[in-house]
Amino acid sequence: MKTIKVSVVTPDGPVYESDVEMVSTKAQSGELGILPGHIPMVAPLAIGVVRLKKSGGKEPDLVAVSGGFLEVRPDKVTILAQAAEKAEDIDVERALRAKERAEQRMRDQKAEHTDFRRAELALQRAVNRLTVTGKQ
Amino acid sequence: MASLRDIKNSINSTKKMSQITKAMEMTSAAKWNRGVMNAKAFVPYMEKIQEVTVAVAMGSNGINHPMLQSRPVKKTGYIVMTSDRGLAGAFNSNVIRRVFQTIQSRHKSKEEYSIIAIGRVARDFFVKRGINVDLEIIGVSDQPSFESVKDITSSTVGMFSDGTFDELYLYYTHYKSAITQEVTEKKLLPLTDLSTSSKLTSYEFEPSAEEILDVLLPQYAESLIYGALLDSKASEHAARMTAMRNATDNAKEMIKNYSLIYNRARQAAITQEIAEIVGGAAALE
Repeated sequence: MKTIKVSVVTPDGPVYESDVEMVSTKAQSGELGILPGHIPMVAPLAIGVVRLKKSGGKEPDLVAVSGGFLEVRPDKVTILAQAAEKAEDIDVERALRAKERAEQRMRDQKAEHTDFRRAELALQRAVNRLTVTGKQ
Repeated sequence: MASLRDIKNSINSTKKMSQITKAMEMTSAAKWNRGVMNAKAFVPYMEKIQEVTVAVAMGSNGINHPMLQSRPVKKTGYIVMTSDRGLAGAFNSNVIRRVFQTIQSRHKSKEEYSIIAIGRVARDFFVKRGINVDLEIIGVSDQPSFESVKDITSSTVGMFSDGTFDELYLYYTHYKSAITQEVTEKKLLPLTDLSTSSKLTSYEFEPSAEEILDVLLPQYAESLIYGALLDSKASEHAARMTAMRNATDNAKEMIKNYSLIYNRARQAAITQEIAEIVGGAAALE
C-alpha cells in the first residue's frame, strides 16, 4: 500500500517523523482522515490524538497534540503543534496532577470566568495525554 | 611605592577574581551551547508556520484580517529583549541604546509609545527614565520552553488585537556567531511584509481561510516572539562568554604586572638590607 511522509513539528523541535499509510486526527470541524494522494489542505486541529497507521497492520502510533495545524501536501503531511508528545514521552504523573489541578480550579470558579475556560482547556490537554498513554 | 604586603594582596585578589570570571565563562559556554541548539530546533517549526501563513494570507484574495492591515498609529509598542543580569559586555546597552534613540527620533510625546520589557535590565532602564512600561517579564529561564513563554507571547499579541497598540516592534540581539551578535529591529504587527522564497502552494481550507487565519496569525506572531527570545538568549550567553574571557585575560595580564612590581620591590628590599649590613660591618672596623 502507498505511504505518505508525516512529520509532527513543535517549537521545541521535531517530535515524530515517519512514513505512514493513514493519518487520522481531530480537526476543529470534526474528525479527519488523510490518505496518500490527498489534495493540498490546511486545517486547524483541536486538542486530541493523532493516529498514525503504519504499514504492516501494526498498532498505530499515537501522538497527543494540543491544538495547532495540519498541512497536507501531495508528498507530505506536516502537523504544526504548540505542544505534542508521543505516547512513550508522556509524563503520566504530571498529566494526572494537571488534571486534578484543573478540576479543582473548575470547581472554584464560576463558568463565565476566563479562568474557568483556561482550566477547561488544561483539563482537555491533561485528559488527552492520559488517553494516549492508555491510562484513562 | 606600595609596600610588599599591599602588592601581595592585590595579586591574590586579582587571582581570585580571575577564578570567578573563568568559572562564569565556563557556565556561559555550556548555556550558550544549549541556547544555540534550542534556536536550531525551533527553525523547522518557524519555517513551516511561515510558509503556511504566507500561503494562506497570499493565496486567498480579498481577505481582511485585522492583523494584516495597517491602521492609523496612535500608540506604538516596543518589545525590548535584554538579560536579567549584567556582566555580558555591551549586550544589554546595545539593544537599549538602539531602542532609546529610535524612540527619541520617532516620537514627541510620551503618550505615543510604551515598552514591553523582557529582562530586568530593560525594565530598570525605562522605568528610571519615566517611560511607560506596559508589561514586564523577568526571570525567563535560560532555556525557555514554548510552554513557559506562552503567557508572554499571547498577552503581547492580545494587546495588539484589543487596540492597546496599533503597531508592535521587536528589538532583540540576533545571534550570528560566537563573536558577532547584531541588534535587530523587526516589525512584528501588523504583518504587512509577508513574503517567501519558496513557491506558493494553493490549499483547500477546512473550514474556511478566514477561520484559519484567526487561529494561524496569532500563533505565527507568537512564534516570531519566541524565536527572537531564543535568538536573544543564545546571543546573551555568547556575549557573556566573550566578556568573561576578556576579563580573565585582563586579570592574567594584571597579575603579571603586579608580580613584576612585587619581585622588583622584594629585590630592592634585599639589596637595601645587604647594604645596611655591609655598612654596619664597615662602621665597626
